[in-house]
Amino acid sequence: MDVVVFAKYVPTPEGTPELGPDHLLVRDGGDGALDPGDTYGLELGLRLVEAHGGEVTVVSMGPAGAIAAVQRALAMGAHRGVLVTDPALRGADALATARVLAACLRRRPADLVLAGIESTDGYTGTVPVTVAELLGIPSVTAVRAVEVVDGALRVERQTEEGADEVACPLPALLTVTAGATEPRFPSLKGIMGAKQKPVETLALADLGIDVEDVRPTQRVVAVADAPPPAGGEIVDAEVGIARIADLLVEAKVL
Amino acid sequence: MASVWVVAPVDRSGALHPASLELCTKARSLTEDVAVVAVGPGAAEAAGPLGDHGARRVWVWDDTAAHDHPGSAAAVVADLVAEHRPSLLLLPMTYDMRDVAGRLQARLGSTLMSNATDLLDLDRARTEIFGGTKIVDVALEGPEPRIVLVRPRSFEAEPVGGTAEVVECSSDLPELARAVRVSGRRAEAAAAAKLEDARVVIAGGRGLGGPEGFALLEELAGAIGTAAVGASRAAVDAGWVPYSLQIGQTGKTVKPDVYLAVGISGALQHVVGMKGAKRIVAINKDAEAPIMRMADLGVVGDLFEIVPRLTEEIRRRTAS
Ligand SMILES: Cc1cc2nc3c(=O)[nH]c(=O)nc-3n(C[C@H](O)[C@H](O)[C@H](O)COP(=O)(O)OP(=O)(O)OC[C@H]3O[C@@H](n4cnc5c(N)ncnc54)[C@H](O)[C@@H]3O)c2cc1C
Ligand SMILES: Nc1ncnc2c1ncn2[C@@H]1O[C@H](COP(=O)(O)O)[C@@H](O)[C@H]1O
Repeated sequence: MDVVVFAKYVPTPEGTPELGPDHLLVRDGGDGALDPGDTYGLELGLRLVEAHGGEVTVVSMGPAGAIAAVQRALAMGAHRGVLVTDPALRGADALATARVLAACLRRRPADLVLAGIESTDGYTGTVPVTVAELLGIPSVTAVRAVEVVDGALRVERQTEEGADEVACPLPALLTVTAGATEPRFPSLKGIMGAKQKPVETLALADLGIDVEDVRPTQRVVAVADAPPPAGGEIVDAEVGIARIADLLVEAKVL
Repeated sequence: MASVWVVAPVDRSGALHPASLELCTKARSLTEDVAVVAVGPGAAEAAGPLGDHGARRVWVWDDTAAHDHPGSAAAVVADLVAEHRPSLLLLPMTYDMRDVAGRLQARLGSTLMSNATDLLDLDRARTEIFGGTKIVDVALEGPEPRIVLVRPRSFEAEPVGGTAEVVECSSDLPELARAVRVSGRRAEAAAAAKLEDARVVIAGGRGLGGPEGFALLEELAGAIGTAAVGASRAAVDAGWVPYSLQIGQTGKTVKPDVYLAVGISGALQHVVGMKGAKRIVAINKDAEAPIMRMADLGVVGDLFEIVPRLTEEIRRRTAS
């Protein structure tokens, strides 16, 4: 069973994001990393190939520095990596990103594609399903658990009411929720071995994609600061308990 | 005249997603020509309220595939788009509608904007980033129709009175999509329904340490009476409470009269789901936590001490 896991490189997942003068998110610089949201799908993918055989390929599109995200995924256990990087992809929107990722999958088809529910920096939550539609395969989003039974998938999908058990044929694409599983940490051996694993670096031309097909169709025309929160009072527990009760009375909810 | 469409999901109990009516109300301010594609079994029933909120026509796709494989609705909408050529498609930002919007952009080659909080024009939308600290206006270019996913509760739904023409539609779905089936369901939370309507929301985070911590919040909510319990994603991911309680970017948007954050730090992705509350109160042992900066009242201390005492205080006051 061959699995492709999407691995996005995001700037400082824990830090404060920044906008550049062109209103685009600053994506270069040293402290980016593999999007934590992608590690859950990677963990599920690794477990599936451990149980059923096959390989995990990580696919990433991003600046040259995004190789760090690919390396991290390889250190966790992925078998090979693909990085698509091209100056024309700067500021790529969801559709352009999906076209690139879909082209990677056409080049090297997989039985199963795993992605995050939404990226930490872009959070459109739409790139994976767009890829599925471009490839003409079914998708299940917000997946918490996955099993392969008789060559098809049985997955648990998180819903507003609880969870659905969904039967889905292969090939398919799944987006995996944070908290679905506990992603492993790379071992020292994994980190050392990652450098030896095959990584392909591709430009748009290698995928047969025209620059016109990835031209962004959204343009930021204005950025304004929202009025800062007025900020209130900070008190200790002694005073605080009565003050909360007073506030509830003022709000006419007590 | 430019036409604006809303895609309106109908859930398994036959209920129309309330954001559909909010979007109809907004669409009316952009054009007189508002239409809706209502998707899900029982969608025909939704035509009444949709018409009342300004839809002139409601296409009804009454098919279980809307729940088995939500993205399938994109095939139906794309066929209608090819025939009627609307300028703008609005969808409420839910998991299912993200599937529909994502597949639509692949089919139509149109631009798709997520997380919008307002529409300024047929080709201009607004969003808030970095936890709502920056407001960003985006021009939508490329071929029509533009597709915009809008956060629920961005607008108030206002009825205008009116009746929609109802048109049933169907679609030949690809076999692969038909093969995806919900084979079982597990209900986890019934109480969550009132979260979005509650006048007081008491939300718990990682600071609660486990499901026992949430029992303290339930007690407090019981003492207040008009309160519902919510959670941060950290608490949901840890498995302490079900996803239906999650507030924030990937969860619900709430706008209660009072929001009480207990053991929640106030991460950007949490804040977007609650910053519309009229009054914000935070209980946190860390006076420097971001939530304290935006709270009208921040109480510094150990929640395990404060919450039970607060419950007592409220019982005392309501008893007298
Ligand atoms: C793409 C994406 C989407 C996301 N969507 C959401 C979302 O929808 N909703 C959401 O909530 N988050 C979301 N997050 C996660 C978010 O970034 C934070 O990780 C999360 O909100 C943190 O939850 P928390 O505040 O409960 O935990 P923490 O940040 O760990 O904060 C715990 C707080 O509890 C306090 N505390 C601990 N013990 C006590 C005690 N005894 N007494 C008093 N205070 C105490 C601490 O001081 C701390 O401030 C998302 C993240 C990403 C990347
Ligand atoms: N540039 C990218 N490279 C690899 N995967 C991506 C990229 N952009 C998005 N994805 C995948 O799509 C998911 C959803 O992204 P988004 O639509 O940006 O919220 C992410 O969690 C990733 O799994």
